[in-house]
Amino acid sequence: MANSSVGQGTQVLLAERETTVEESLNEILSSYEGSEDQLIPILQQVQQVFGYLPELAMKKIAKFLKLPESTVFGVVTFYAQFKLIPTGRNIIRVCRGTACHVRGSAQILGEMEKQLGISASETTPDLEYSLETIACFGSCALAPVVVINNKVHGRMTATKVGEILNKGGQ
Amino acid sequence: MNFEEIKGQAALQWKAMQQSETPRILIGMGTCGRAAGAEDILDVLNQELAQQNIQADILQVGCIGLCYAEPLIEVIKPGMPGVFYGNLTPEIIPEIVKDYLISGNPRSELALGIRGEGTLDGIPNLFDLPVLKPQVRISLRNCGNIDPESIDHYIANGGYEGLAKALRMKPQEVIDEIKKSGLRGRGGAGFLTGVKWQFCRDAPGNIKYVICNADEGDPGAFMDRALLEGDPHAVIEGILIGAYAIGATEGYIYIRAEYPLAIQRLRIAIKQMEEYGLIGDDIMGSGFRFHIKVKEGAGAFVCGEETALMASIEGKRGMPRSRPPFPAQSGLWGDPTTINNVETWSNVSAIFPKGAEWYASYGTEKSKGTKNFSLAGKIVRTGLIEVPMGISLREIVYDIGGGIPEGKHLKAVQTGGPSGGFIPESLIDLPVDYESLAQAGSIMGSGGMVVIDDDTCMVDITKFFLNFTQAESCGKCIPCRWGTKQMLDILEDITSGRGRPGDIELLQELAESVKDGSLCGLGQTAPNPVLTSIRYFRDEYKAHIEEKRCPALACKALTSYYIAPEKCQGCMICLRSCPAGAIKGGKRVVHVIDQDKCTKCGTCLNVCPPRFSAVVKTSGEMPAISAEPVPVGSASESHGDQQ
Repeated sequence: MANSSVGQGTQVLLAERETTVEESLNEILSSYEGSEDQLIPILQQVQQVFGYLPELAMKKIAKFLKLPESTVFGVVTFYAQFKLIPTGRNIIRVCRGTACHVRGSAQILGEMEKQLGISASETTPDLEYSLETIACFGSCALAPVVVINNKVHGRMTATKVGEILNKGGQ
Repeated sequence: MNFEEIKGQAALQWKAMQQSETPRILIGMGTCGRAAGAEDILDVLNQELAQQNIQADILQVGCIGLCYAEPLIEVIKPGMPGVFYGNLTPEIIPEIVKDYLISGNPRSELALGIRGEGTLDGIPNLFDLPVLKPQVRISLRNCGNIDPESIDHYIANGGYEGLAKALRMKPQEVIDEIKKSGLRGRGGAGFLTGVKWQFCRDAPGNIKYVICNADEGDPGAFMDRALLEGDPHAVIEGILIGAYAIGATEGYIYIRAEYPLAIQRLRIAIKQMEEYGLIGDDIMGSGFRFHIKVKEGAGAFVCGEETALMASIEGKRGMPRSRPPFPAQSGLWGDPTTINNVETWSNVSAIFPKGAEWYASYGTEKSKGTKNFSLAGKIVRTGLIEVPMGISLREIVYDIGGGIPEGKHLKAVQTGGPSGGFIPESLIDLPVDYESLAQAGSIMGSGGMVVIDDDTCMVDITKFFLNFTQAESCGKCIPCRWGTKQMLDILEDITSGRGRPGDIELLQELAESVKDGSLCGLGQTAPNPVLTSIRYFRDEYKAHIEEKRCPALACKALTSYYIAPEKCQGCMICLRSCPAGAIKGGKRVVHVIDQDKCTKCGTCLNVCPPRFSAVVKTSGEMPAISAEPVPVGSASESHGDQQ
C-alpha cells in the first residue's frame, strides 16, 4: 500500500492532518444519537472531512457507538469506499465497467498508471493524486469514462489522459 | 392544503407553463448529459439568451434515454411542437437561438425530431424515429418531460393519483391489483411482486418495513440511476403504495454512494413530500403513517443481495445470510420486510391510476409490462430504453440501437451483468422475457445490456467478469470465495497462453459446483458468464488453449506485431515512435520489429500511414520474415508470392 513507503515530506503532511482530527470529530459525532445503524453514515461523513479514516477517529467512533473497535474496523475494511490511507488532493477514478471495458478502459488505466507513476489504489508521494478504479459509473453511453474530482470525462482516449493531467485534472 | 387543492394548484401551474407566451427550453441534465457537456451548453445558452435579450424559461430535466445524442435540448416556442437538437456543441447554440427563436427557422438539418401538437417541415416526429418507435414508456413516463426537482410537475402529470386511489382501497385489494397486473421483480430474479407483498402482509409482526433497492451495482447498468435522477417521485410513490399494502410505516431507500445526483434528487423529493403531507403521520388524511430514510451504500456489490443489503442498513458488514427465513418473515432487525428494486416501484405507481388490465396488456403471457435496459458497448445508439417484454434482441440491437458501429459484426449480447451470460448472434431473434433468457443460459438481470463485436475476446471478457465477482465475493461461503478465484486463475492462464488440455472441462465442473454450492445470488450466478461463453464460443477457448491464438486479437500475451516487408517503405515513422526502441531499419530500409524487445503497445500500428498499412497485428504463428532489415524493394520480390 502507498503509505507503507511514504517519504518524510508525506509524514509531515499527514501529521498536519492528524491534529485537526479530534476537534472535527467531536463536532461530527454531536449530530448523531449513537445507534449502531449510524456507523456507516458516520464513517462516510468522517471520511468526507479527512479524505480517509484515521485510526484515532475509528477508535473514537467505536467508543461513541459502544461497539468493539474490531467491529468498526471490520465494517471499514468490508466496504470499498472506506480508506485507511490518506488520499490525494485530486482523486482520479477510472471506470472499469463492462461498457468501458469493451471500449478500451484497460488502456486508459494503463496510461494513467504510467503517467502518474503509481498503480491503481495508490497515491502519489506528494499527496497530489490518488488513482482508483470504479466498478461502474453508470455513464456507459460515454464509455470509456474517467472521473476526476467528480467531473466526468467521457469518450476517453489514451492521448487525452496526458491533456487532462496537464490541465491539473480540470 | 388537501391533495385535491394541491393537485388543482399544480395543474394550473403546469397549464400556465404550457400556454405561456415565453419560449421554453428543456435541457437534459442527468449524469450522462452533464458528462457529455450539458453544463457548458447551459452556460452558453444563458449567455446567448441574455445577449439577444430573449425571455425564455429553461427547465433542467432528466434523461430521455437518447444518451448517444447528449447534450440534448428541446426548444418549445409558444403554439409550436418541441424541437429536439442533439450532439450539441457550444458553437451551435447561438445559431439555434438566432435562427429558430428569433428568425423562426427551426434548422431542420440540425434537428433530431419534434414532439407535441403540430408539425414542422422536414423534421420527423421524435417518437417515429427507429430508436423510439418500438419503445413503450411506462416506468420512464416522465423522464425528460418534467423537472425532477418539482413535485408540482409530477403531480400535474398524474403523480400521486395512484397513491390516492390505493388509499381508498383496502390493503388486500391493493395486493390483489398488483397480483392481477402480473408485475415481476425488475431487480433480476423476476419473483411475482404481488406474491412477495402477500407473504409480508401475512407475516405476524407489529413493525414492518419496505426497502427500495437502488444499489445498482452491475457494471454496464445505469437504468435505475437515470430513473431516480429523472423522476424520483415515481419511485417513492410506488414505495408508499407498497408500504400501505403490507402495513409498513417505515421505509429505506438504499442507494449507491456513486450516484450523488440521484441521492440529491431523492432528498429534495422527500422534503417536498413532507411539505405537502405526502409523507408523515396522516397521509392524504387517510390515517396512513409512513416515514422514509435514504441510506447510502459504501461500495460493496454484494449489498445488492437483499439479506446483505439489510445487514448494511443495520450498520454491519454487508454479508448475506441463508434463506429461509425470507425477508418477508424476518428481515430488517428481524421484522417482516419487503424489498423491491427501483424500477419495480416505479411500475407500481404507474399501475394504480390506469389499472392492472392496462398494464398486463403489455408483454408476454408470463412476463408482463415493460423492461428498462441500458444499451451500451459496441452499438451506434447507446441509451436508456424501455421496451415491452417479448421484443426480440434483433429489434433492440438493430432498430433501437442502430446496429454495430464502424462496419463491425455483432458477436454477442451480454445481459444481466456479472450474473448474466452471453447470448450469441445466432440467437438474435430470441424474445426478451424472463423464461427465454434463462433458457439461453443468461438472465434478465436488472437491465444491463452490453453489445459485443468481433474485437472482443470472449475468454477475456469472461475473465473480466470473474475478476469482478471474485473481488466482490464477500468471502462468507467457500464455493464462492474459492470457486470464483479458481475459475479466474484458469481464465488468466488461458488468456496468457498457459492453457492446458482439460481446462474447459475443469472450468465447467467448477462453474456447476459454485452455482450449486454458493450461499447467495452472487455466487450462484457468478459462473453464468463462464458457462455461456463455453456453451456458445467453445472454439475461442480451444484456439487459446490448443493454438495459443486469440482470434479477436485482444489477449496481449497471445498477440504480436510484425511489419510486412512488401508494404514497408522505410519511412522511419514507426521506428522513431516506438517507445521500446524495438524497431530496426533505416531510411528506405524495411523495418523489422525485435520481438524480444516489443512491449506490444500498438504504437507502430497506430502511426503507420494508412497508405502503407505495413504494420500487422496477429495472433498464433508468425509468418516467416527476415529478422534483419533489407532495402525497400528487395523484399517485395522475395515475398511476392505471399500477396
